Amino acid sequence: MSVSTHVIDEPGPITARLIDISKRFGDVIANDRVCLDVRRGEIVGLLGENGAGKSTLVKVLYGLTLPDEGRIEIDRAPSTIRKPSDAIAAGIGMVTQHFSLVSTMTVVENIILGTSRIIIDRDSARKKIVLLCESLGFGVDPDELVSALSVGQRQRVEILKALYRDCRVLVLDEPTAVLAPQEAETLFKAVRLLANSGIAVILITHKLHEVRKMCQRVTILRRGSCVGTYEVAQHSDDELVELMVGRAVEHANHETVKPGNLVRMSVRNLVVESRGGRILDNVSLEIREREIIGVAGVSGNGQSALVSVLCGLTRPTKGKIEVNGHDLTHGKPMDYLNAGVGRIAEDRHASVIAEMSVAHNIVLERIDGFRKAGAIDEKAISTLVQKLIQQFAIRAAPNDPVSSLSGGNMQKVLLAKVLSREPKVLVIAQPTRGLDVLATREIRNMLAFQRVNGAGILLVSEDLDELLELSDRILVMYEGRIVAEFTNSQFDRNEIGLAMTGSGSR
Amino acid sequence: MSFLVNVLEAMLRVSTPLALGSSGEVVTERSGVLNLGIEGTMYAGAFFGFYAAYQTDSRWVGLAVAIAVGALAGALLSFLVVTLGVNQHTAGLGMTIFLIGTSEFVNRAALGTGFGTSLKVETFGVIKPFGLGGIAAQYGMTYVTLLIVVPCLWWMLRHTSLGLAITAVGENPEAADVAGINVKLTRYIALIIGGMLMAAGGAFLTLATLGSFTLDIIAGRGWVCLALVIFGRWGVFRALAGGLLFSFVYALQFRLRLLDAWQGVPFELLLALPYLITIVALVASGRNAKYPGAYLKPYRRA
Ligand SMILES: Nc1ncnc2c1ncn2[C@@H]1O[C@H](COP(=O)(O)OP(=O)(O)OP(=O)(O)O)[C@@H](O)[C@H]1O
Ligand SMILES: [Mg+2]
Repeated sequence: MSVSTHVIDEPGPITARLIDISKRFGDVIANDRVCLDVRRGEIVGLLGENGAGKSTLVKVLYGLTLPDEGRIEIDRAPSTIRKPSDAIAAGIGMVTQHFSLVSTMTVVENIILGTSRIIIDRDSARKKIVLLCESLGFGVDPDELVSALSVGQRQRVEILKALYRDCRVLVLDEPTAVLAPQEAETLFKAVRLLANSGIAVILITHKLHEVRKMCQRVTILRRGSCVGTYEVAQHSDDELVELMVGRAVEHANHETVKPGNLVRMSVRNLVVESRGGRILDNVSLEIREREIIGVAGVSGNGQSALVSVLCGLTRPTKGKIEVNGHDLTHGKPMDYLNAGVGRIAEDRHASVIAEMSVAHNIVLERIDGFRKAGAIDEKAISTLVQKLIQQFAIRAAPNDPVSSLSGGNMQKVLLAKVLSREPKVLVIAQPTRGLDVLATREIRNMLAFQRVNGAGILLVSEDLDELLELSDRILVMYEGRIVAEFTNSQFDRNEIGLAMTGSGSR
Repeated sequence: MSFLVNVLEAMLRVSTPLALGSSGEVVTERSGVLNLGIEGTMYAGAFFGFYAAYQTDSRWVGLAVAIAVGALAGALLSFLVVTLGVNQHTAGLGMTIFLIGTSEFVNRAALGTGFGTSLKVETFGVIKPFGLGGIAAQYGMTYVTLLIVVPCLWWMLRHTSLGLAITAVGENPEAADVAGINVKLTRYIALIIGGMLMAAGGAFLTLATLGSFTLDIIAGRGWVCLALVIFGRWGVFRALAGGLLFSFVYALQFRLRLLDAWQGVPFELLLALPYLITIVALVASGRNAKYPGAYLKPYRRA
């Protein structure tokens, strides 16, 4: 299959244009003569694998990165943007990939931060913010501390920040990576409104359905080079993926096996209290062999507590946890490890030791098995790790520090570390958050493979599509309770989504 | 009654250099930088303020020079830790050693007095507003510090975009950068303002209370200020409250020593009392202290 490099050039007022941008970081060419333009009222998609150079490109536009070469034009006039304040003055607003908010300050303070007035006037700022909120349908309390906001609300504050400065070009770098489906919905409604009001939007995402829904044109980057700009409607998802990856990628086709009868993990009436409140309220579930249980829910409804209690990091207040028939209710993390429970937490950066090598990160939890006469047996480690790197398709060398890896490769290192011990039960949260299409598929395949091999998996994810694709059953959590359960044959996006908001009645 | 008046009168006087030093450190640390050069900056402020006043016969010139020296010290530390990204503990302690050394060197070389100088300058006098005496009889600098400088700093931190910017670069410099704030410049400004305040605190000792310069004149006041900042959780008024508490105990033990009933108690023990109280207060209030998010971290754009 081949896709024609059909570059669209319909006449229209181009608001911002990046021309032949090149940027190197040491040996890495993050951008190689990349071009991108965005027009008034348009939402242009920017696609590419992890590390393709998407963030670098928009950082150049925002003055956060100085390009080695290239030009920027705003309204067809050459523009020198050397620092964010230049970009703001040129009417460019940016929502960075990781939130750029000061959590100890209020919403108002965050929004007026850096706007040039000597004495700040919170009242008039608040009025302007309330008006903006009303026009976009955002429910954000301007006087709330940012630390008290949900991720979805923080995202809205980021957008308000850009709009408060009257931006005409808005860059959104993976805005939905951490949002639940409903929150993403709200966000996109607002973005659509903004585009209709004439703002030019650049949307970076890994989710093709979002591109399909929001964008007409999409620019695709591959390993720092610009593949081209395409009309979304004229290309299938597979074609877009092929353009991003550079080759055809087969579809995930998970083997269908039936869950067994053996109960791997059983949790009964689990209660976790913290500061008087119940973060987990009477949770019961069973994970059988060859079964993936999906846990859906808007973030902050007890999922993190569930994950940490099921691997011994948090002590339950009440209830019982059994793994393969052994009571581990009061077990320590080591007891869980020894009982064959593997855990992959949602924050991958906190789960690795960034300065240490890939090899040492993988063997960290069982370094005892690699001792020879008291010293660490580097040879044995290296043999094992070489094998795992192959098996898990990790694009890195054993001695690379983990800090130099992309998100996808870091996640694969964690999977290699946990899965190579052949856990009987796997507790895993947000395995593909922020990962590109290919890495996402690879990781989902690994999970499906574990299932076929007999493991019982608890999969916590905010990505409903992921849950629908992999799970045998889906449990919905709301305010610490399991409020609904769906089995494979009766999966229904809408009903699950409804239950996630607490309004389902099942 | 006059005992209490005496103690309170002394408390306000003793608290003045602490209030200046600690509010200078608050402004500095709010920007995410620890200034361990505070002891040296206060020392240099005390000496160079005195030296300039002595040379020009003007206490005002003395104060201005002290403040200028403080600004320079702040700028130099900024260069080291903000521009070069040197470890802040090392750079700060280095600054203290450097500034104390330089002050003593100039003292010996230019004034020729190594030990206990008898050179005197005219000092800022005590003012008695509306003819009031007692507690109200204080140095003008004390009045300015407690009634103008500290409230203005509070207002600056809360109600100006500079104050907001300082807090932002101290909490999350990446976010401040994205918001269009010049992170390094903001830190330079915070350190320079802080240095000026610290040096003014030192100069208070030579240009108001003593009228002369003696070796070891700061005697650890800078270090006390560091504790006050944590005690005050990076708020100028709370740090001031801590300074007043320390000064109260300090003044109290000083008066107690003169009382017959306390003659048996070793005065060294009494002298240690304010420091002990500081430590206790610090332990009580500083345990859950939330440090600025980017404390001690240099910022460089990725
Ligand atoms: N500050 C930096 N120093 C060194 N290398 C960098 C830096 N920033 C980015 N890179 C490298 O440049 C390449 C492009 O990175 P970039 O963040 O632009 O990718 P991306 O397309 O946004 O990926 P993702 O989807 O993971 O966000 C990567 O190989 C990355 O490792
Ligand atoms: Mg990116």
